[in-house]
Amino acid sequence: MSNINRREFLKILGIGTFMGLGGWSIFEVVGKGEIEAFVEKYKKAPEALQAKRWAMVIDLKKLDQKIIHDCTEVCHRIHNVPKILNPKEEIKWIWEEKFKNAFPEMKDDYMSPEIKNMPVLVLCNHCENPPCVRVCPTKATFKRKDGIVMMDMHRCIGCRFCMAGCPYGARSFNWRDPRQYVKNENPEFPFRMKGVVEKCTFCYERLDRGLPPACVEASKGAIMYGDITDPNSEIRKILSSNFAIRRKAKLGTKPSVYYLL
Amino acid sequence: MYDGGKIIFGLIIFLVLVTLPFTLSIGKDYTKVNPKIDTPEIMKLPETERKCVESKDFMRKEHMKMLIEWRDAVVRDGKTLYVNSQGKTFNMSLQNTCMQCHSNKSKFCDECHNYVKVKPYCWDCHIEPKENIKKEAAL
Repeated sequence: MSNINRREFLKILGIGTFMGLGGWSIFEVVGKGEIEAFVEKYKKAPEALQAKRWAMVIDLKKLDQKIIHDCTEVCHRIHNVPKILNPKEEIKWIWEEKFKNAFPEMKDDYMSPEIKNMPVLVLCNHCENPPCVRVCPTKATFKRKDGIVMMDMHRCIGCRFCMAGCPYGARSFNWRDPRQYVKNENPEFPFRMKGVVEKCTFCYERLDRGLPPACVEASKGAIMYGDITDPNSEIRKILSSNFAIRRKAKLGTKPSVYYLL
Repeated sequence: MYDGGKIIFGLIIFLVLVTLPFTLSIGKDYTKVNPKIDTPEIMKLPETERKCVESKDFMRKEHMKMLIEWRDAVVRDGKTLYVNSQGKTFNMSLQNTCMQCHSNKSKFCDECHNYVKVKPYCWDCHIEPKENIKKEAAL
């Protein structure tokens, strides 16, 4: 070490610093091929349908009792929604409501009884500004990037703030174990458990497989869906040429379900 | 040693108490955990295809972590495909992927979970394979 010159000393110092800063461990990790960040472990399915914001248009003129029955039936069947008759405990994802109840702010003394009692299919509106998401203390309900207001049943603690927050009554609470109230279970979809809140999920599991929502498929054209941010989508064309209303739009939740009269 | 007899007597009592869990189990049946992976679904596959999404060792140690990551990827990010360390792609689903092969929940999941007394809440909501229920009914 006595005959080391200034230049040699600086070289050794430099290499030493480099190794000390984790230089050597980098070689070790690269050697084993263990850098996880470079490998994309989780992917969207290539056939998955994607949108910036999913929306739905329901044509009330085309709705009849059979279509309403088919839509609710198929939705509740494939999602293992229990059939509980007690209205205080019933679970519903999509259901029939009279016009006067679905659109209470439009009720008028001189409205014809036909319109007042016209059947309307109602479901979660997948609001752009969802109050249920804002009040959820565990982020069990959240808005997906494609606008779907989703439920993560694993995180729901059953506090029912979201039910109080939703102005559309689109959420149901499981007062009892739903299993015994499902006759023909769909083995591909899970149940829920006692003590969680559930609602329509815009058939996210079908969209992820490249299929349209089940109610759209069963509605024989009465329900349309698409990406509302895409000006060339089917629903945007319908909305630009028809008068459409949304439920309780003045509340500012910006629902994504439109109704044609 | 003062009070030697008392001390030794106390020590003997202490030793007996401490070794009680071992001495009590002498002669009793030793429950060996033996999870089964020989379901008809797995045996149907050609031998080269009989592989889980990751190695047996990894799955044994990490399956709980992996299932939670899968759950978050599917439910929260809408990502449904898993690319394993071999580059093979799988649909991430407990009901529709894992249990399609491992159709023997009682012998595959419960065997070890019961032994170590953990109660995962998967089956509160997820539907367990049908075969299983039939077997239980027959017993």
